[in-house]
Amino acid sequence: MSESLVEISNMSFQHENGKTVFQDVDIVIPRGKITAIMGPSGTGKTTLLRLIGGQLTPSAGKIKVAGEIVHELSRTRLYQLRKSMGMLFQQGGLFTHMNVYQNVAFPLREHTQLSESMIHSIVLMKLQMVGLRGALHLMPNELSGGMARRIALARAIALDPALIMYDEPFTGQDPISMGVLVKLVKTLNKSLNLTSIIVSHDVSETMQIADYVYVIVDKKVVGHGTPDSIAHDSSSQLQQFIQGLPDGPVPFDYPALPLVNDFLQGAEKT
Amino acid sequence: MIDRFILTGQWGIDNLRNFGKAGVLFFRVLFYWPNIRKGFPLLVQQVYAEGVLSLPIIVVSSLFIGMVLALQGYHTLAKFGASQELGPLVALSVVRELGPVVTAILFAGRACSAVAAEIGLMKATEQLSSMEMMAVDPVRKVISPRFWGGFFSMPLLVIIFNATAIYGAYLVGVKWLGVDAGIFWSNMQSSVEFRADIFNGILKSLVFGIAVTWIAVFQGYTAVPTSAGIASATTRAVVYGSLAVLGLDFVLTAMMIGEW
Repeated sequence: MSESLVEISNMSFQHENGKTVFQDVDIVIPRGKITAIMGPSGTGKTTLLRLIGGQLTPSAGKIKVAGEIVHELSRTRLYQLRKSMGMLFQQGGLFTHMNVYQNVAFPLREHTQLSESMIHSIVLMKLQMVGLRGALHLMPNELSGGMARRIALARAIALDPALIMYDEPFTGQDPISMGVLVKLVKTLNKSLNLTSIIVSHDVSETMQIADYVYVIVDKKVVGHGTPDSIAHDSSSQLQQFIQGLPDGPVPFDYPALPLVNDFLQGAEKT
Repeated sequence: MIDRFILTGQWGIDNLRNFGKAGVLFFRVLFYWPNIRKGFPLLVQQVYAEGVLSLPIIVVSSLFIGMVLALQGYHTLAKFGASQELGPLVALSVVRELGPVVTAILFAGRACSAVAAEIGLMKATEQLSSMEMMAVDPVRKVISPRFWGGFFSMPLLVIIFNATAIYGAYLVGVKWLGVDAGIFWSNMQSSVEFRADIFNGILKSLVFGIAVTWIAVFQGYTAVPTSAGIASATTRAVVYGSLAVLGLDFVLTAMMIGEW
């Protein structure tokens, strides 16, 4: 068995509107580890997860998951592969017409022939893992943001996937929820022997639990290594991101015309 | 000048691309059925949501349409001494044209707007994406049941519309204006043919059902995932659906009366 579960080589991606998001990116996600993909907002971290999940197709290069090139698979084969992946979406993506129990039971009902009593037991176990067994009968609109994300996590691990992808799991969480989530990600990875990919820009929380870190800035991987080596890297781009410095090579402003030109142009073209 | 030319070309390409996408979605809905065990309950749920819940608006509208038609028809026919032809006038107008067309337009406003908004919101809140990532095809699970729910609901609603409108006309023509009940019903029975009138009306409703639900699911599925995008998709589902019904009605009528 190969040591890496996901291999991205020379991958470039361009949106339909022509905007290039990635240029010749190489990323390797090792099995059984927590790999963090970090970078400023708008660098395409979520897009990267969608590329790994086969929801988007790269313009060039290859993305291999478990030895298979994701974007060359037939729909049937891709869906087979996705059964071994779980993804925690930024907003949770819970089905609003189903309660918590039905949400977590959904993948089990779709992909297994298990009896209802067996499904019930599995759902309870998954909800117990995220500490929300008591919220069984609540509807998604009755949950707080943090709770919704934990329920979505329980649903993502319902089928015991080999790979789990977290899209900004810590954004907008209160300190307690954040602490719980950080611990949960670490515990789940260890106890279920998962391979985890965390996409985030919460530097301290992510560095705490990641085994390996990739930092993407301006379409490219600007650094990778263990959290310790990243923290002590001399690259100015990395240091600016890690320390949250306002000035440096990573621009804060969206690309624009010189300020004078914009003012002189007037309001006509806005 | 050249900018306008470019914009027109871009508009044309965008529209063609959308037609292509709609065609692909239609193909997938037609040929990628959900399996019977899991799909049937979803279909029944949609027939309830789209068909049964549309009944109040269909019944009330059809009753008043039948009543107004009888009132207007009676006074016009009476001028020519032909008030006994009220039954055929109402029945033919309703089963051939008003039933399928008005039902489809009301259905587009009541059910298709809800379908487009629901699918659009599911997209905006990442429910469709999460379904895809769980290896469940949203076309089979979400789009297909809604399409077939609309397809099966429409002819049933048209039959109910026709019956209620004729009953409304009976109330006004016979009970209020004094047309003889025997003449009203027997003239209607002798003038209305099953194949040429009733069956053709139902056939129209099937075509309208396909058109309006296809437009609704496509608009929802391709909605821009923002509040403005969903509002616009919902509006387009109703407007395009209603216009498609009127356009198709002309084409189908021309074909059915043999002038095509």
